Amino acid sequence: MEAAPTAEERAAVDGLLGPPETGWVGATERSADDLRVVRAGREAREQRHLLLPALHALQAGVGWISRGGLNYVCQRLSVPPAEAYGVATFYAMFSVEERPANVVHVCDDLACRGAGGLALCGELERDAGPEGADAGGWTWVRSPCLGMCEQAPAVFAQRAGRPEVALGGATRETVAEVVAPDSAVICAGGVGAPQTADAGSRDSLRLLRRAGVVDPTSIDDYRAHGGYEALRAAYEMGPGRVIEAITEAKLLGRGGAAFPTGVKWQAVSTQPAGPRYVVCNADESEPGTFKDRVVMEQDPFAVVESLTVAGFACGADRGFVYIRGEYPLATERMEHAIGEARRHGSLGDDVMGSGRTFDIELRRGAGAYICGEETALFNSLEGKRGEPRNKPPFPVTFGVFGRPTAINNVETLINVLEVLRIGADAYAAIGTEGSTGPRLFCLSGAVERPGVYEVEHGATVRDLIALAGGVPRGSTLKAVLLGGAAGGFVGPDMLDARLTFEDARQGGYTLGSGVIMVFDERADLVDLCLRIARFFRDESCGQCVPCRVGTVRQEEALHRLVAGTPIGSAQDELALIDEVARVMRDASICGLGQTAANAVQSAISKLGVFDGGAA
Amino acid sequence: MSQAVPLDRPRRLLDLEIDGRTTRAPEGATILDACRAEGVDTPTMCYAGNLTPVNACRVCMVEVEGSRVLVPACSRPVEDGMKVQTDTERVRHSRKLVMEFLASSVDTSLASTDWLRWMGEYGADPSRYGAAMEPMETGERDERWAGHHHDPDPTIAETVAQPVKVDNELYVRDYERCVLCYKCVEACGVDAQNTFAIAVAGRGFDARISTEFAVPLDESACVYCGNCIGVCPTGALMFKSEHDMRAEETWDEDAQTVTNTICPYCGVGCELEVHVQDNEIVKVSSPEDHSVTSGHLCIKGRFGFSYVQSRRGRDDRRPR
Ligand SMILES: Cc1cc2nc3c(=O)[nH]c(=O)nc-3n(C[C@H](O)[C@H](O)[C@H](O)COP(=O)(O)O)c2cc1C
Ligand code: SF4
Ligand code: SF4
Ligand code: SF4
Ligand code: FES
Repeated sequence: MEAAPTAEERAAVDGLLGPPETGWVGATERSADDLRVVRAGREAREQRHLLLPALHALQAGVGWISRGGLNYVCQRLSVPPAEAYGVATFYAMFSVEERPANVVHVCDDLACRGAGGLALCGELERDAGPEGADAGGWTWVRSPCLGMCEQAPAVFAQRAGRPEVALGGATRETVAEVVAPDSAVICAGGVGAPQTADAGSRDSLRLLRRAGVVDPTSIDDYRAHGGYEALRAAYEMGPGRVIEAITEAKLLGRGGAAFPTGVKWQAVSTQPAGPRYVVCNADESEPGTFKDRVVMEQDPFAVVESLTVAGFACGADRGFVYIRGEYPLATERMEHAIGEARRHGSLGDDVMGSGRTFDIELRRGAGAYICGEETALFNSLEGKRGEPRNKPPFPVTFGVFGRPTAINNVETLINVLEVLRIGADAYAAIGTEGSTGPRLFCLSGAVERPGVYEVEHGATVRDLIALAGGVPRGSTLKAVLLGGAAGGFVGPDMLDARLTFEDARQGGYTLGSGVIMVFDERADLVDLCLRIARFFRDESCGQCVPCRVGTVRQEEALHRLVAGTPIGSAQDELALIDEVARVMRDASICGLGQTAANAVQSAISKLGVFDGGAA
Repeated sequence: MSQAVPLDRPRRLLDLEIDGRTTRAPEGATILDACRAEGVDTPTMCYAGNLTPVNACRVCMVEVEGSRVLVPACSRPVEDGMKVQTDTERVRHSRKLVMEFLASSVDTSLASTDWLRWMGEYGADPSRYGAAMEPMETGERDERWAGHHHDPDPTIAETVAQPVKVDNELYVRDYERCVLCYKCVEACGVDAQNTFAIAVAGRGFDARISTEFAVPLDESACVYCGNCIGVCPTGALMFKSEHDMRAEETWDEDAQTVTNTICPYCGVGCELEVHVQDNEIVKVSSPEDHSVTSGHLCIKGRFGFSYVQSRRGRDDRRPR
């Protein structure tokens, strides 16, 4: 009945948790002590938050999560196997069935599709068989956006016993090299932020100031480029004045919801005593978004420093960075930066000699867009399924581990450094009245130089496209996706739309996570709608009915339209799609379901993709 | 000898408005409590009085002034001055679509009579999403990989249809009737049994109730308390006796009597409702509002009734 772990599985888990102390938690030998002392109960159960890291250890070490492996993890962490199985099957990066040691995830999402992603899938299907089939120690599967849209097409490979790799500009040959037993391929990290290579425009950069200039692995170099000045300033100001500055700077969250950061921090800092947490949301999985990845790859210490400032302001002595599972290079750099900061006394019991305690733990997601939603992220951190919680209560009172928590996006956090560097007034003078400060945008698709671009709030879509070199010579712009799959399409008539929160609210578009994905006349908008519908159907957590079933019904109706087999007329189908959209928007628990119809709706209403029936 | 009787702190009454009528409700009450007190009929599916609300089904949604989206009545506490609308076009639309979504993907024919009535009242028409998919093979749904589904077949509407799981003598799991209300998971977990034999696995439409690796119940942690059966709103979890009689078309609730008694096994004193048809016990439940059980039992009270029926001379199934 009790499947036992293999030696390999034990080693993988013990590598993370250390060897088991007693027979009660999985040691093979029982000591005389074990017969007298029970170690169970609350203390054992409080380790639940290590479930995701433990499952990662198994998956990365052995290539899948077997019954024996799962049992061992459950024994070590005092988690019921049914619940651990529920968690393991929630994430796309985990497999509970034996599969080839190397799995290549090929992005066939919005940006990569037309840029060679689909073609690559076709070649792989031809050479290696259908998705998931064993092609001799490896297999391939389609993947949602891998957050490398500027290097389309992207692939991400899990390789049991070897490091994961994410690569842009992928070809059939890349895939062969990645899965080869003697593969020497490592993550390269492409340009990411083309603007930073351009000496002329560097001077105006604030958020990307150090990107491409500092050595992202050296804390000394970071210091030499102004690093840790903001934290020092914060310590001088005291938590109250830091929060005041953030409030006066009118810094709004860059994760999508545009919530005032000062208000959030103020709320956390005034909670009754007891542990509080700060969390950096680095789960970045919105299709078309890659700015946070570029920041973490090129300036990881800035994220570490700004989270330290957040902890100081909010009165938290522990922080978490929850980073997207498919970001191996950013993970490596962040891990290294946290380690270096610890070694140099910038994290730990006596941060920069101030006598204050602050430390950061890095946690990896495992392939679930929904875990970017803040409350789903907390559940995921706690070792539970990444299902969003009902709000209220809000994170500022009931966040991770049920404690007051300030959670912020990577870009929001690094803006804090800028506020402290130049002062709240100077910061608030940048941009517009309602949208202060600089902003990162992710340009991808049909532009000459895709990448992350920094501008001051107030720039137009046209400005950004121009920064990225414009649409390639000879092609004409057909549509732009603003804000990602949860955002919406606009047509060429909207190129002069200003990218500020207030203009977006008024004009009925969204900045979301800063996605500007450009499509030219070659793009098949119907096909893009189908891909977006598939994305939401795949990424719904499944908790609430409007989203769990609504995303299925939306996708089915679109497929009926495309197949030319509508129930009733095409108009009836469009009306049905609209009805489904309304209930998802009105009755879903979280933002995923509430926005799952946005892009499709905008394609229908603003671009007329289904005018005259299918396509 | 006099004894101190512990009383709850007196609860403040809050003023609120439901559909334009002013009313009062005690602090801590939910909008659903307030609606029910006012006689406002409110559909529910995942709500149960003896479990923590998960507000997952979203059929009880109401409009609350100042809220961008609709609000689940079953879990949102009332607030002073709250203005609630339960019968606007927006509310009716959401409720109707949720009913359609459930009934077009799940067999809800054995849900409560209230549910079937609400379906009619809201004009829910599950058939408008297309012809229902053929049932899957046993275990097919259990193997789905999060985030990887195949393109839909444009001629059918996807459902959870699949064969019933019969792996023990006491109860069956007919997951094509499962609306994923989380009630069984809560009853098996911290809300009652603390056994954690089942949990939600998978993601999105492929989410399902499962043991670890979908092993049969007798290989799982299940202790056969049957508390999951007691809370299941759709008949997905069912006494095997009831399941078999339904299959033989001998199940007849009109011909059944329900006798309340106290479980004879131990000193806790759980109240049992013994359902009898043709002088045979066909299932056992406990009242949800009973102070001892809150509707929950253990394997003995729930299933240990065969001795009552082992009549001398009639029991030919006795082991030799
Ligand atoms: C489905 C969904 C996915 C999200 N993904 C992310 C994400 O990847 N990164 C992020 O910072 N915020 C994401 N958010 C927004 C977060 O819930 C939250 O608002 C944000 O982290 C707050 O940080 P901010 O105030 O700095 O923007 C997501 C929200 C939803 C509904
Ligand atoms: S809206 Fe979708 S993702 Fe959000 S809780 Fe509901 S099912 Fe889960
Ligand atoms: S019978 Fe009891 S122990 Fe078994 S699954 Fe149901 S609630 Fe859990
Ligand atoms: S089996 Fe029944 S109680 Fe459990 S989730 Fe499904 S419908 Fe709800
Ligand atoms: S009864 Fe309220 S959400 Fe299900």
